[in-house]
Amino acid sequence: MNWIFFFEQCLNGLQFGLMLFLLVAGLTLIFGIMDLINLAHGSLYMIGAYLVATFAQASGSFMLAVALGLVATAIIGMAVEVLVLRGLYKRDHLSQVLATFALILIANETTRAIWGVQPLSLSVPAALSGSVELLPGLHYSTFRLVIIAVGLAVAALLYFVVVRTRVGMLVRAGASNRQMATAMGTNIKWLFTAVFGAGAMLCALAGAMLGPLLAVQVGMGENILILAFVTVVIGGIGSMRGAFIGALLVGVVDTFGRAFIPTLLRTALPPSLADAAGPSLAAITTYLLMVVVLFWKPQGLFPAGS
Amino acid sequence: MRLLRYAVLAAVCLLALAFPQLATWADQEFYISVASRVLIWGLFATSLNLLVGMGGMVSMGHAAFFGIGAYVVGITAVEAPQWSGALLVLPLAVLVTGALALVIGAISLRTRGVYFIMITLAFAQMLFYVFISLKGYGGDDGMQLLARSPLGSLKMADDTVFYYLVLALLALCLLGLARLRDSRFGRVLAGIKDNEARMESLGYATFRFKLTAFVIAGGMGGLAGALMANQNGYLSPNMLYWDQSGTALVMVILGGLGSLWGGLAGAAAFLLLEEVLAAFTPHWQIILGLVLLGVVFFAPRGLAGLFARKPR
Amino acid sequence: MSAPLLETHALCKRFGGLLATDSVSLSVRRGECHALIGPNGAGKTTLIGQLSGSLRPDAGVVRFDGRDVTCLGAHQRAMLGFARSFQITSILNDFSVLDNVGVALQAVSGSSFAFWRPVAAETALSTEATAILDKVGLAGLASRRARDLSHGEHRQLEIALALATRPQLMLLDEPMAGMGPDESERMVRLITELKGRYTILLVEHDMDAVFRLADRISVLVAGRVIATGTVDEIRANDAVKCAYLGEEEVD
Repeated sequence: MNWIFFFEQCLNGLQFGLMLFLLVAGLTLIFGIMDLINLAHGSLYMIGAYLVATFAQASGSFMLAVALGLVATAIIGMAVEVLVLRGLYKRDHLSQVLATFALILIANETTRAIWGVQPLSLSVPAALSGSVELLPGLHYSTFRLVIIAVGLAVAALLYFVVVRTRVGMLVRAGASNRQMATAMGTNIKWLFTAVFGAGAMLCALAGAMLGPLLAVQVGMGENILILAFVTVVIGGIGSMRGAFIGALLVGVVDTFGRAFIPTLLRTALPPSLADAAGPSLAAITTYLLMVVVLFWKPQGLFPAGS
Repeated sequence: MRLLRYAVLAAVCLLALAFPQLATWADQEFYISVASRVLIWGLFATSLNLLVGMGGMVSMGHAAFFGIGAYVVGITAVEAPQWSGALLVLPLAVLVTGALALVIGAISLRTRGVYFIMITLAFAQMLFYVFISLKGYGGDDGMQLLARSPLGSLKMADDTVFYYLVLALLALCLLGLARLRDSRFGRVLAGIKDNEARMESLGYATFRFKLTAFVIAGGMGGLAGALMANQNGYLSPNMLYWDQSGTALVMVILGGLGSLWGGLAGAAAFLLLEEVLAAFTPHWQIILGLVLLGVVFFAPRGLAGLFARKPR
Repeated sequence: MSAPLLETHALCKRFGGLLATDSVSLSVRRGECHALIGPNGAGKTTLIGQLSGSLRPDAGVVRFDGRDVTCLGAHQRAMLGFARSFQITSILNDFSVLDNVGVALQAVSGSSFAFWRPVAAETALSTEATAILDKVGLAGLASRRARDLSHGEHRQLEIALALATRPQLMLLDEPMAGMGPDESERMVRLITELKGRYTILLVEHDMDAVFRLADRISVLVAGRVIATGTVDEIRANDAVKCAYLGEEEVD
């Protein structure tokens, strides 16, 4: 094994894990505080990516596009919360699944109607398209480093807001004890909306950052949604710490699985078989991780409220 | 109300029996296979309704059994063609998926609520990726079947004959479920859905009852998958993918949770809606989404709520 | 009064930093009505949970009829003859009152892995269920949905469910909680009828009821049993007065 390759995969895992965390942070809070299974969370990620890509094409500035895309997605998210999701908090999980499944259909088809079926291209801004020599012989993409930096900064900011501020205290109280949160009355309604808006903004940020690396297309939301839910469940529903550690764990396991399992298989199996089985086995590793975690800890790694 | 319900039921049964003749008479034979698809989806949704509606176990991985049921047909056709008769391969599909449900259920039922949703989803997704990598059985291209599983001297290639086979199996399953619902087991299952802790303290080993229901639902889902493979002459890993589980769940909620006819009614409504809307606009999914939202907010008990019988 | 039917030895249960049950040793004799009293938060419901098997103790032993049942779950203990009524009403809300009792009876009469025969056709079950409803005073409400009953009727149904499993030992967790005086009186009379036929462990806040019903009383304070004795002994006990009864009088 090659150490440079290994180190590079560690950075890739960290980068993917941090982006996953952006998605999962909102998801786990909404899940924990409002007891809402929001299948449409991935749609916000898709909408964010489409908006950023569109704004970038129109304005030519990646930074401006990200700023506009974040605000627009937050507004869309809050509108959806007020119009639809608010009516679902007190409903059972099944109604929530059906309603948010319906939202996915609407979001995907509307996106197709506006932007067509071809994937959009969102390119890395020129200033960040190069690479940096981190170690002798290790050239790493500048843009990916920026993603890591942004992810860490957002995580630190979220940590500060959730742990150190009054709003954060309310949110945490709500995540571990829903009765208390609802007992606090009408203000909490708008707190929910604000949390949802913030969650939508984080989705858009993840969409903007991953857009240049993956394709901006219809269906991108569902692929990552499943991974995000897996992460929430591994970390423990409603736990920010669980979301962070779970996201890094899933990011690293997923990346390592893709990077190393095919190579490892090739040492044991004939190449044709290894090439066929490798990617699937890699895709299975995250699910396997979740099954193993839930087998030992049926409430996830960090059950909220304990 | 009661009379109306029986009238509707009788009309539906008559329509189901006479459908191929009506379609032939109207020169629309194409719709016979559409109807078979509706019935098979109905069977699949009904099996999920046993879990979700009667047992309160919300599974997002029911596609695992649908897909594996189909692969039992596909793999048998390749590896052991002498066993590919419907009388062998359909029970085999039920057995294999039932055994699979025993394993998945034994692990998944340790968890509850959302964790259960996610762990069942995980098992189905893992199987999806396993079958993508099995190039020997088509990988992500899936498998073509040369012919439908033969059954005695029946002409299975004839869509009408196949339709009646599906109808008969669905009727058997519905009859079985109707008996199960009113049996001792069914009452215990309903009790567990209502208040599991109470059932424990009354002396019921609730895990065993839930696992049994999971196995029955798995086997029935496997049968639906085996029939679907036969219907389409084709099967692929997509039958294992999570959107199949999601679609079945939507059908169940649409039709009516825990209602005997809920799965079938939901499947019929969903597929017909798809068919009708698609004729109107290419962006029919937007309308479908709005209709589903309307169901959640205005008809929370599904279609069955419109013909509800009094609470027990 | 003979050998103990239910015995615990040094039972401990900890929730985070709180020792909810602190080395509790308790002995309930066959046939007696043993009351467990104590101020709010003394750990009574936690103790009942460990006795009924829904909570696993961190340390200590629970013995039933001389047999160690510490590791048995709630359903296994129910099969041995434990029955429990819950402090917060726990019934099958969507079932009819009759079916509530029917499903409880079904647990102790034959296997429930029967998939074909309609349970409604089992007249033995419904006859016995009706008799039990008659005993607890709910006979007129058999076909009502359990959810729609009044609070007092819910409490009566709790007792009916406990009776239906043909128990030896009934763990009654505050059967009079939230009841008006008339309803309480009816419940006291019902439990009086059960006395002697079943061994009863009664958790209750209503002191009048406890003094009328109990043969012996144990007092639980902050997770510890501070006294056990007859009604008169407990009334005379200074430690109890100080820790518990005194507080009641101040209220």
